[in-house]
Amino acid sequence: MSIAFYLIAALTVAGGLAAVLLKNTVHCALALTVAFAGLALFFLQLDAQFAGFAQILVYIGAVAILVVFAILLTRGSETPKDGVFSKNWFVGLVIAAGVFAVLGWAVLQSGHVLPHETAVPVVTVLQIGNALMGRYVLPLEIVALLLTAAMIGAVIVALHEKESAK
Amino acid sequence: MAHILWLVPALPIVAAGVIALLKQPRRKTAAALAIGSLSLSLLLSLAAFVPVVLTWAYGRGIRSTTNFTWFQVGAAHVDLGWVLDPLSAIMLVMVSFVGLLIFIYSTGYMAGDENFTRFFCFMSLFAGAMLGVVIANSLLLLFMCWELVGLTSYLLIGFWYQKPSASAAAKKAFITTRVGDIFFLLGMVWLFSQTGTLLLYNNGTGSLEAGALAGLLAQPAALGLSAAGAIGLLIFAGAAGKSGQFPLHVWLPDAMEGPTPVSALIHAATMVAAGVYLVARVYPLMQAGALSGGTTTALTVVTWAGASTAVFAALIAVAQNDIKRILAYSTISQLGYMMAGLGMGGIAVGIFHLITHAFFKALLFLGAGSVIHGCHGEQDVRRMGGLKVDMPLTFITYSIGMLALCGFPLLFSGFWSKDGILEAARHWSIARTPFYMLLFGALLTAFYMTRQICYVFFGYWRGGKPAHESPAVMTLPLVILALFAMGLGVIGTPAWPWFQAFLDGRALVFNLHVFTRPALILLMGASTIVVFLGLGLGWRLYGGQAPRPEEPDVLERALPAPWGWLRDKLYVDELYAVTVIAFYGWWARVADWLDRRVWGGAVAVVAWAFGLWAQLNRFLDNSVVDGSFDKGCEELGVGGGLLARAQNGRVQTYLRILALGVIALVVVLIWSSRI
Amino acid sequence: MTPLSGYLIVAALLFSIGLAGALTRRNAILVLIGIELMLNAANLNLIAFWRYGPHPEALTGMMFAIFSIAVAAAEAAVGLGLVISIHRHAHTTDLDRMNRMKG
Repeated sequence: MSIAFYLIAALTVAGGLAAVLLKNTVHCALALTVAFAGLALFFLQLDAQFAGFAQILVYIGAVAILVVFAILLTRGSETPKDGVFSKNWFVGLVIAAGVFAVLGWAVLQSGHVLPHETAVPVVTVLQIGNALMGRYVLPLEIVALLLTAAMIGAVIVALHEKESAK
Repeated sequence: MAHILWLVPALPIVAAGVIALLKQPRRKTAAALAIGSLSLSLLLSLAAFVPVVLTWAYGRGIRSTTNFTWFQVGAAHVDLGWVLDPLSAIMLVMVSFVGLLIFIYSTGYMAGDENFTRFFCFMSLFAGAMLGVVIANSLLLLFMCWELVGLTSYLLIGFWYQKPSASAAAKKAFITTRVGDIFFLLGMVWLFSQTGTLLLYNNGTGSLEAGALAGLLAQPAALGLSAAGAIGLLIFAGAAGKSGQFPLHVWLPDAMEGPTPVSALIHAATMVAAGVYLVARVYPLMQAGALSGGTTTALTVVTWAGASTAVFAALIAVAQNDIKRILAYSTISQLGYMMAGLGMGGIAVGIFHLITHAFFKALLFLGAGSVIHGCHGEQDVRRMGGLKVDMPLTFITYSIGMLALCGFPLLFSGFWSKDGILEAARHWSIARTPFYMLLFGALLTAFYMTRQICYVFFGYWRGGKPAHESPAVMTLPLVILALFAMGLGVIGTPAWPWFQAFLDGRALVFNLHVFTRPALILLMGASTIVVFLGLGLGWRLYGGQAPRPEEPDVLERALPAPWGWLRDKLYVDELYAVTVIAFYGWWARVADWLDRRVWGGAVAVVAWAFGLWAQLNRFLDNSVVDGSFDKGCEELGVGGGLLARAQNGRVQTYLRILALGVIALVVVLIWSSRI
Repeated sequence: MTPLSGYLIVAALLFSIGLAGALTRRNAILVLIGIELMLNAANLNLIAFWRYGPHPEALTGMMFAIFSIAVAAAEAAVGLGLVISIHRHAHTTDLDRMNRMKG
């Protein structure tokens, strides 16, 4: 495992931790962006360039901004008196730790069946385009529909709120 | 004829049933039904009588029986049946004839009474029952009709039940005869158990026939008696109750509370004769074991009972002042004569006196009724007098009856029948005492009857309103009965003993020479002297007398103490009151205490226990059953509430549960793939 | 430890962190942030397996990841829109207070 891996890993994990631990919600959103960036670097390191750039474009460029917008639009009830964590936060922590334990144990147990080194795949955008239009055309169309529906839904939700706010 | 003999009692009973359904105002219908049915019975009795006489005349004795089985219990069966023989034939004719005359008389006597219809219903029922007693061939049938006769007697004695004395007298009659009936029933049951049948005559297998009697004789009972004798005595006890022998005579004088036709029919002519008839019916039983010329213990007891009753009652009759009571005691006395005659002389002797007595006693009672009717209800002889002028027809017929009762020689039937008994008494092998007792009784009879006639018909009127003669519907039966009272003697004289021969099944010989026998002459002379002595004594003492109720009687002045005892009926009733009735009262109180305290207490305890149990059940039901059920429902609600806490509406809780589920699933999958 | 395992461990760690955030934070938006982290961890898993698995030329892993990104974006949009409309209605995004659906 190279140094780059550990560095990117540290960045991503730190970003993730910050995203869930910080008090200020906007700081959380920004930390999330850092986590997204770390993940994009991971993708690049894993020779999935298209995925990495798609990650940057979509997640950092759209989703993070969206989250920040949402935070800004729902201000007014920030920093509640009882703290940012819910009443039984420890139970949630334990459950998450349990999940990590199970997953980690599964991975470590199967360490002997996992491959060490494989050849570097060469993936061109042309190939991705062909695959999208060829083999994965159906999921593509469905995802298109989904995005359309989501967009329309969001608009309607926003519109309704405007009318009831009158 | 024998097959339809059952119609003779059935017709009056059916008539009684129909009358019972009629309304009170329909008097004519009721009287017509009663008289009509009894007339039919009379015709049938005559129709039955004729062939019996004819077959006897031709030398063949007749006893035809019709028997049938009533019901069967296992191997034993209970039979009923009726018999037609000389005894029952003659009794049928007598009962229906005398009964018919009394019925006709009653239409006049009871004309003023508002319960006319009820009277005829009961009288008709009685007539039917009595006829049933007469023809019964089965002791069971006889007993059933016997009980029915007792019942109607009770109903008729207590006819005017609003009078407390009448209802008390009815109860006394019923209970006293019941005492006798118990012994009768015991005898019946014993007889049935020994012989296996209650039929009297049944082609050789009846209980009065040779085979059964031999068996009974062989069986010893207590006190040196055989079973036959013991059963005979038990049956005699029943007869003693109904026929008023001492000591069960106490009900007869009190029975005079009933209307006079009742006294005439039931307590003079028929019902009281039923006891005598019963003894005559079971005579073979009582006579079983007697050596020729000798007698049995049973018959001896019958004789002594009869003789003592005859004298006892005659003594009491001397001191009585009620016209009907005198006649009642006279009846008891004459019944004693009949029993003595049966005991000493056989069936014919006793039954002949029964038949003649029926006629003249009925005549005397109906005459007394006519007197009472004419004196507007007065019954005390000291308040009457001089009636031979106001009621001549009654006087003449009454005198005929009285002379017949006394036994006035030759012209009157009573003389011949009483002489028959006296003759049998004279030849009795055991002792001569009954003969002298009966002679003394005859003396007393003449004496008190003369006293009664002098008080009622001679002297001067001491009553209230003047008396009047009774209507023809009442005097006509008197005349008819008077004729018979005189004429019946003809069939029983020693010269031509038709009656005795008929009953005994012997041949008849007309023999005037019998009157030349010195023994017979002596006997007839002795009884004549006794009768005249009595008549003369009575006339001398009472002939010119006419004492008012306040004045004492002649004899009372002479012998006050004995007069007192006689007037108080020799204290038999008082003795009973102190012993039997007192004991019974004490026993009733004990039973009452037992019933209320002990059994009632037990019942109360059980009821209380049940109440307790019910309370316990209620408590269980309320608190345990209901409570547990309610609790269960409550817990269900609580459980539901607890479970509902899982739905707390918070998303993160749901997420947590989801995550837990995923962990569990993964673990399970890994584990299972590993195994 | 193979390189693949390393990536997988990191992905698992990110997933758990995201889950912990979704389960413990009060703000609804932070729950959505946690969900985004979880989705990204899954994407990392996919790409890692694509890279070290057999037949990477089939592009299966990559495609899956791309589609996942697209769907995640749509879902984030709709979710945040809902949170905004809830905020307009209840004037709060505190999940502890949103229990009107409780049973």
